[in-house]
Amino acid sequence: MKSLGSIRRDFAPWNDPNAKPYIQFENVTKRFGDFTAVNNLSLTIFEREFFALLGASGCGKSTLLRMLAGFEEPTAGRILLDGQDLRGIPPYRRPVNMMFQSYALFPHMTVENNIAFGLKQDGMARPDIERRVGEMLKLVKLEQFAKRKPHQLSGGQRQRVALARSVAKRPKVLLLDEPLGALDKKLREETQFELMDLQQELGLTFVVVTHDQEEAMTMADRIAIMDKGEVMQVATPAEVYEAPGSRFVAGFVGNVNMFEGKVARGAAGAASIDAGNGITIRTENAGDAAAGATVAFAIRPEKIKVSSKKPADAVNAIEGEVYDIAYLGDMTVYHIKLDDGHVVRASAMNAARVTEDPLTWNDRAWVSFRPDAGVVLTR
Amino acid sequence: MNATWSRFNITSIVLGFAFLYLPIVLLVVFSFNESKLVTVWGGFSTKWYVSLFHNQGLMDAAWVTVRVGVISATVATVLGTLAALTLTRYTRFRGRMLFSGMVFAPLVMPEVITGLSLLLLFVAIGMDRGLMTVTLAHITLTMCFVAVVVQSRLVTFDRSLEEAAMDLGAPPVKTFFQITLPVIMPAIVSGWMLAFTLSLDDLVIASFTSGPGATTLPMKIYSQVRLGVTPEINAACTILIAIVAVGVIAASVVNKRREVQRQLDEQAAQRG
Repeated sequence: MKSLGSIRRDFAPWNDPNAKPYIQFENVTKRFGDFTAVNNLSLTIFEREFFALLGASGCGKSTLLRMLAGFEEPTAGRILLDGQDLRGIPPYRRPVNMMFQSYALFPHMTVENNIAFGLKQDGMARPDIERRVGEMLKLVKLEQFAKRKPHQLSGGQRQRVALARSVAKRPKVLLLDEPLGALDKKLREETQFELMDLQQELGLTFVVVTHDQEEAMTMADRIAIMDKGEVMQVATPAEVYEAPGSRFVAGFVGNVNMFEGKVARGAAGAASIDAGNGITIRTENAGDAAAGATVAFAIRPEKIKVSSKKPADAVNAIEGEVYDIAYLGDMTVYHIKLDDGHVVRASAMNAARVTEDPLTWNDRAWVSFRPDAGVVLTR
Repeated sequence: MNATWSRFNITSIVLGFAFLYLPIVLLVVFSFNESKLVTVWGGFSTKWYVSLFHNQGLMDAAWVTVRVGVISATVATVLGTLAALTLTRYTRFRGRMLFSGMVFAPLVMPEVITGLSLLLLFVAIGMDRGLMTVTLAHITLTMCFVAVVVQSRLVTFDRSLEEAAMDLGAPPVKTFFQITLPVIMPAIVSGWMLAFTLSLDDLVIASFTSGPGATTLPMKIYSQVRLGVTPEINAACTILIAIVAVGVIAASVVNKRREVQRQLDEQAAQRG
């Protein structure tokens, strides 16, 4: 069986027409004065889903999260959680909890009192609170730090206290605002996997806001890519990467090479694109692009092969010159300047320690790719 | 930087400190004078301190001052904190600029004018001058100082703390008393202390607004000095200096300790 990307997904309620939506944004608009932060946006999130809102700063993703938490009310449209309209319900009565970007730990309380705060608001009995706090501390491996104040903890420990505090009440939905933004790179990677395990263990619905595409790709079941208050595409990480819906999405996630040109249709999904200067690209993924339309052909760097001679069986092969090389250890990145001046980025995994056909700066070289390697973008 | 002590540096420091502290040192020294003549040294004695505590007039004035100080500082702290909260939180209401200007105007208003206008007001509404009127006047004077101190803390207050509390189920009032108030408490306490100190040493406004039976210590001292400085007054002033000095030093030591402890904790946390 063929699948987009390298992971088989058994959890995919979004493909099931009978699945009940859990969180629904229906034509939600939010304006601050003259500024429109969120523009007529509709979105559906399912129970137990790990959902990521990805976008540059100012795209409206945090506003969306804050509307779900109840700190902002939509100017128009409505938000439903488990079928219930959330309009007018203040944050302290919503069954969602949020982990803040700044962690927002209460500086005058110990770690255990921070975690117990929400439970006390619910009027839970003292022994139950103690037991739950103990469980949470164990969950985030901070048992021996229970009596510390937040300023006596390292950044990573604070992040875990914030996490424990926000899941202590077993909310229906956990909202995470740039949860790993303040951690250094190595800790961030470890914590990504910890968050995924935690979500599995607790069986909660997670909605995470991030500007880091790698973070979103790693953790999320589905990603919503946002720009200027609108959702550009909602899809699994593999779909976003391998089948982007628009030029914006293709350019936003990962590296991409784009060729603009006119379509000439072939049989069933196949087409050739005249990219000018004698470059014609043949592709099997033309979708519903109309003949004669101006489209972009997008192809990822790792799907382009670089060689010193023209491969005999290549459907698409273009000649150029090696312009730049970056050796990164696990892979090598080539910038090839085609004869029409277009620079193509190609990357090759260094699967072997020794290279048969090494290239150097200013060598003549061929870039080649299979007809199913790229996609045609009409938008 | 040149760290050696040049003759010039030493001279400047000696002169500077002498200028600042010589009068106070003289006052303290002469409070222990045996002689009744303020400017002639007659040997060491503490008798003026003993007689001070038997001077009913001065003791009454001291008691009035403490009561006025505590009540006015407390009320001013509540009002000043509320003003600071409003000014930092509700930034978009009409007339905010005017309101904030009006709260802070008394900071630069000459005390004579504040005192005189309050006097006119009290006379106009037929309020008998006494403890009540001095206290009210001191609230007017010190409230804006409290507002300034608390507001400067609130500007750096992380609003997401309050959002986090509400998110965890605490309604706004509970959030205020459990989160906001404890976090800004140090600023409120220093606002109170500032207000108390201002009330303690105010002479001008108290003179305008006070009445019979409500003579504050500064007023009493001032009126006695006009009849001639007695070593008793020196003793009273020395005690005031001691109280203020102990207060200031204690506050700064506590602050310094807390700061050092905090740094140590943070270093320890970063290590492990």
